[in-house]
Amino acid sequence: MRLGMNIVVLVKQVPDTWAERSLKSSDNTLDRESVDAVINEVDEQAIEAGLRLIEAHGGEVTVLSMGPDRASESIRKALSMGATKGFLISDAALHGACVMQTATVIAKALSTMEWDIVLTGGESTDARLAVLPALLAEATGAAQLTQARKVTVEGSTVSVERVNEAGYSVIQASTPAIISVLEGTNEARYPSFKGIMAAKKKPLQTVNLGDLGIAADEVGLAHATTAVTSFENRPPRQAGAAVKDEGDGGVKIADYLASRKLL
Amino acid sequence: MDLSLSEEQVALQQMVRDFVDKDIAPYATAWDRAESVDLAIIPKLGDLGLLGLTIPEEHGGSGGDTLAYCLALEELGRGDSSVRGIVSVSLGLVTKSIVGYGTPQQIERWVPGLCAGEMVGSFALTESGSGSDPASLRIRATRDGEGWRVSGTKMFITNGTWASVVLLFARTGGEGSRGITAFLVPTDVEGLTRSTIHGKLGLRAQATAELVFDNVYLPDEWRLGEEGRGLSIAMAALAKGRMSVAAGCVGLARGALEHALTYAGQREQFGKPIAGHQLVQELLADMAVEVDAARLLTWRVADLIDRHLPFATESSMAKLFASEVAVKASGAALQVFGGYGFIDEYPVGKLTRDARVMTLYEGTSQIQKLVIGRALTGINAFG
Repeated sequence: MRLGMNIVVLVKQVPDTWAERSLKSSDNTLDRESVDAVINEVDEQAIEAGLRLIEAHGGEVTVLSMGPDRASESIRKALSMGATKGFLISDAALHGACVMQTATVIAKALSTMEWDIVLTGGESTDARLAVLPALLAEATGAAQLTQARKVTVEGSTVSVERVNEAGYSVIQASTPAIISVLEGTNEARYPSFKGIMAAKKKPLQTVNLGDLGIAADEVGLAHATTAVTSFENRPPRQAGAAVKDEGDGGVKIADYLASRKLL
Repeated sequence: MDLSLSEEQVALQQMVRDFVDKDIAPYATAWDRAESVDLAIIPKLGDLGLLGLTIPEEHGGSGGDTLAYCLALEELGRGDSSVRGIVSVSLGLVTKSIVGYGTPQQIERWVPGLCAGEMVGSFALTESGSGSDPASLRIRATRDGEGWRVSGTKMFITNGTWASVVLLFARTGGEGSRGITAFLVPTDVEGLTRSTIHGKLGLRAQATAELVFDNVYLPDEWRLGEEGRGLSIAMAALAKGRMSVAAGCVGLARGALEHALTYAGQREQFGKPIAGHQLVQELLADMAVEVDAARLLTWRVADLIDRHLPFATESSMAKLFASEVAVKASGAALQVFGGYGFIDEYPVGKLTRDARVMTLYEGTSQIQKLVIGRALTGINAFG
């Protein structure tokens, strides 16, 4: 492999995982306005993985996101962590896009760049589909290395530890490769104040569907392959059962846990 | 007038908030019980650039304006005043004084390491017999050839046992404010003994020390600023230091409010959350107003400093008000928590203890009132 890698990290801006989240009753899509927006948590670990790879091997990290204009905040944060440049796909016509459309659009954007590795989080906390990396591998023809907890590169060979039910398997592929990482892969760094100041001057390119040569009437909620037909808010939390300890508290707790198949 | 923050200031605020939530707040009770923070927090503060705020990058600092510094201190104060104090003293009092008055050699020797958190600084002004009246300090440095010999004791020195460098104020001349000179003393110097002061009411996780100088030799190149100008260096540092304490107090009081709000929403009495009781709402509303008022007074000082305008009286006003708010708000939060607030498994008891020193150190509330009164009347009521 030539000196230095081109790494693209896919980042999704999601509603704050810890906030009360809801769908909009008008079109059953995610209500993004009423809660704080943050980087999908495991995507931060994908950024960290990318930064560590270029720190070890040289190269550049491009952060790519598809979302409303304010998704640029998440890209800016990734830049302040140390990424090299940002790329935002933002178009009102993408509102309500399904994962198939998302994969098509991102694959198209990737086709405009030079890259060796695409890194992303294993799933987003708002949609929880976890299929985007596989779809992208299919669309781009790159190797698919998903559910990774460790990523190493030697020459043009990428190795990951892929978590499975029994433990992990080591999987290798030649670049180009699409890699998704799991929670716990690493501890994402905080942006430093210098990083925050430097991010201001880093390039962030925003494109729309027209720039990517995609017709607006092929995408969006009306053309989505999946649809949310109805939803209900989560029922309010029920009061828990009180267990009185009459010398047998331990047994009662054990019985309770066993009844929930937790023991 | 525009009070909105820049994108970078918001990003800094968010970064420190995340850092506090993950790396400080979860450990604050344990550090309080152990009477020491985990010292690994210091290089982390350095890595994030928090020990180099406002210091030019060419000296190893991370730049930024005074408001950015206040934003960071508020967030740290919300998490743990012991950590906030490390920054206020090492960066606010020591590093800034070195940059302001040091020779290029002194700056090169100390500032990059202090900004990186590889070392911390301590500010040795107070003595057992001189607190509010620092001009009466007694520790004496006498001429010895090209240098000086210093003997005496400094008291209640923050970061004292952790520090690599002490900014020492010693008497080199006659009585009064013009007889004091500042020195930068490496703490591995022969003849310096440092001991931790235990049994503090609050800020228990911070090292507070007694420093005993026994005939310690100080080469003249350790002198900071001119001979006899030490007290003006100290006073200039403390004028800004009052703003930094105020910013920390805003954070402490805001933390108290946040804890009280959460708890009042969860705790039920008389069949509903106590947040729905009017007298509890009164406590919460007063806290919210006072936190905001304290913050605005603090931001005004930052604005004056960044525009190179006089700020000393406003800094005393901010420190006076914010420190009293910290005491009051933490007490009100404890009241909201009721009996649970009295137990250190809950965070508000520690806040009341940490808050109490805020009206005492870096100028008591009474001293601040004398500073403000002098500015108003033109009459010096000190002494």
